[in-house]
Amino acid sequence: MTVRLDRRGFLGGAVSLSAILSMPWTARAAQAIGFDEARHLLSRASFGATPAEIQSCAGLDYSEAVDRLLASPRREALTPAPRWVNEGLKAVREAQRDAVEKLRAAGNDKNQAAGIVRPIQEQGRELRNWWVEEMLVTDQPLVERMTLFWHNHFTSSLQKVRFAPALYFQNALFRREALGNFASLLKAVARDPAMLIYLDGVRSVARQPNENFGRELLELFTLGEGHYSEADIKAAARAFTGRSIDPATGSFAEHVQQHDGGEKTFLGQTGRFDGDDIIAILLRDPHTAETVVRKLWLEFVSLTPDPAEITRLAAVFRTGGYEIKPLMRAMFLLPAFRDPANRGGLIKSPVDLIVGTVRLLGLPVPEKTGLVRMLQGLGQVPFDPPNVKGWAGGESWISSYTLLLRQQFLRRMIEATTVSSMGGGNAMMQQMPPEQRPVEGRSLRDAGGEAKLGPTLSGVDPTALLRTLLPRAPIDGVEVAAPPGAVVAQALLDSAYQLK
Amino acid sequence: MDRRCFLLGAGAVSVALASRAAFADQASPPRVMLLVELKGGNDGMNTLVPYADAAYRELRPSIGVARDKVIQLDERVGLNQKLEPLMESWKARDFAIVQGVGYPYPNRSHFRSIEIWDTASASNQTLSEGWVARAFKGSTLGKGAGVDSIVIDTNALPVTGPELRTIVMQDAENFLRAAQGMKDTGGVPDGGNPALRRLLGVRHEVNAAAAGLRERLQDGPAPAYAYQDPVFGRQLDLATRIVMARVPVVAIKVALGGFDTHANQVPTQERLLGVLAAELAVLRRNLIAADQWKNVTVLTYSEFGRRARQNASGGTDHGTAAPHFVMGGRVKGGLHAAYPSLADLQDGDMRYSVDFRTVFSTLAQGSWGVRNDFGVRQPQRLDLLA
Repeated sequence: MTVRLDRRGFLGGAVSLSAILSMPWTARAAQAIGFDEARHLLSRASFGATPAEIQSCAGLDYSEAVDRLLASPRREALTPAPRWVNEGLKAVREAQRDAVEKLRAAGNDKNQAAGIVRPIQEQGRELRNWWVEEMLVTDQPLVERMTLFWHNHFTSSLQKVRFAPALYFQNALFRREALGNFASLLKAVARDPAMLIYLDGVRSVARQPNENFGRELLELFTLGEGHYSEADIKAAARAFTGRSIDPATGSFAEHVQQHDGGEKTFLGQTGRFDGDDIIAILLRDPHTAETVVRKLWLEFVSLTPDPAEITRLAAVFRTGGYEIKPLMRAMFLLPAFRDPANRGGLIKSPVDLIVGTVRLLGLPVPEKTGLVRMLQGLGQVPFDPPNVKGWAGGESWISSYTLLLRQQFLRRMIEATTVSSMGGGNAMMQQMPPEQRPVEGRSLRDAGGEAKLGPTLSGVDPTALLRTLLPRAPIDGVEVAAPPGAVVAQALLDSAYQLK
Repeated sequence: MDRRCFLLGAGAVSVALASRAAFADQASPPRVMLLVELKGGNDGMNTLVPYADAAYRELRPSIGVARDKVIQLDERVGLNQKLEPLMESWKARDFAIVQGVGYPYPNRSHFRSIEIWDTASASNQTLSEGWVARAFKGSTLGKGAGVDSIVIDTNALPVTGPELRTIVMQDAENFLRAAQGMKDTGGVPDGGNPALRRLLGVRHEVNAAAAGLRERLQDGPAPAYAYQDPVFGRQLDLATRIVMARVPVVAIKVALGGFDTHANQVPTQERLLGVLAAELAVLRRNLIAADQWKNVTVLTYSEFGRRARQNASGGTDHGTAAPHFVMGGRVKGGLHAAYPSLADLQDGDMRYSVDFRTVFSTLAQGSWGVRNDFGVRQPQRLDLLA
């Protein structure tokens, strides 16, 4: 059975939050996990778990709850694809050239320039918005979390690729295999057009192999630093020569005559290897699974990976044929994951914070550009990782700058009013009829028991609200005698809200 | 490139500047580097104009700076006349221009190239720490005001790293107000949770910086001369106040944007150079009046210069080497290093004569007494500081 939850559950539910929390935890299963552990599981496996989501989990046995999260992963996005995803590379590049030329002709004439849209930038903007939309509306946040994880593992950026359709299809690949099979994913990534452009595979030919993909394949995607030599990189680069893209469509193309079919020695083995042979060798090496499991640990479990557990999980992962779902199941069942001391042991990423808060509050945000700008300010723009290593994450999410900026964004979400104004003025938004404008201007602080937070909040025990919003006791102290809206506001601004 | 060619313009090069341990003596405040990022890639050829070179006219038929609009500095090069406000500094010999600053295997992506500059990396190397932070690796900074560097811009990369406590702010008032919303936690235990430890640590940093700044800036002296530009001028106004209040920071960063002039370049670049020169001239006057000019070194930089040949739209595309400015009370004014030859372009771009990392390491040693060659082989020192 798949869990399908209304993301407005926080607002609209018929069941009052108090009733949820006062329900005996043992009512529905012999070993029901209860509210706090359900919250912990969902805070790691989704974005901003609503009380309704937590409640639907709280009555289950723990492994039952984990199995339900993993039961039948969505393999395609709910949000309809942007209209341009089937445009070819040549067409987009030509349209871009035209637009750039028109812009040059317009020179400093702002009126004339205003109507000219550069397709590469515009499609990039729409693509980022599209994914943020999907993260907000999905009924399976874990699938989006995993998609984001693979995006950060097999990085490609719009900045370099400059062809949004390829990034769209790469994202679809990550979603399809989000909880699928790592071996299939790796093979597909090595033929993925966005990756071929991003790491210069398109330029890699027998006569002149480009080592960029080979190097990152070994260093970042599989073995990790220290487990290969420069000669292995060169051999891998030769093996992948000939993989390219069709210049008209931008789809994958194999140029047999550009492939170096000669003998290669790779990680101590010699043969006339092609790319798939190299990947097969890498998948037999235990370091590959260890690299992936370690990264998953840092993303889902804690900031202090346990080497013994990683080796154990990696061995199971590899011998089990690189199935991702059982690996994730094993990770969620780890004692280190379930340890109550581990609650609040990770720092929310910008996506966690922004997408999670919007989901949690049920803020209607028809135009996502403002949210993407916030993500940019906080250092995590989807489809634009800072470099091939991806976002460093963990402790590095928080600096004096981003911490103050996080508070500022949360304050805006609380106090106001319109999400559009957060990004600093959007002309389109001003022209919308009022009923379509995002979030009417009621401050959460004054919302009391009505309006945005809905009837579910009225009369709710403030400590129950805190247990929903925070993974641990508040750091700054929360005035629990305040109206529910004000309690929520204080909780969001408490530093503990930065943790998950 | 001949590694020695930058000696030609530089005159004497003192390879071993006496290591002045600026921080051994805690009583004297550190020298402040004021970093001025010119965002978008400033066109160096129309900034410091090789007016006497016939090739310049040929490369820049319609956007070249006319000879009578060049302020001649010597028989070969001169400043764009929009930079006239800087002539006071030039005549006082505290304005140095380092010619042909660049790096090998230049990258022409804005994003990537500024990252190379900010981290003082090689072209094929990705580093995550900024060059100022790297310069202080292994040395101890005084813990004076709870903050070591202040970024009045959005890009903090040059001063990002564990060695420096860096604060990013658009203006002091907002920062202090925002910091007030996050009071010190009064010793909340982290319970061995590294995420919480980090959060509390950063909160402490913010609070320490705010405390250090609040008391110094609150009743601090105001600059004697007013800045004009609403953005760049405001940034320099705050920078001036920080220096005048003797907040012991090692770096302050500001930025002026809009230099990516692919089309119809002349009016845009002239406006920007005008703002840059006018406001830097005000800065100099303010710091001289406050007797702080001797403690400050201003450095301009940009991700790249622009192509030698203008394009078909009256603009220029992304290029390589460019001249950069160094100003300050201890700066040895004049032209340094050699102007890249317009007769010897590489794929239409100028060859650099000074690696930017050499400029950085020279200034780091001269201002802060710290040594780091940033991986440049055969490190040299430019004779930029007295």
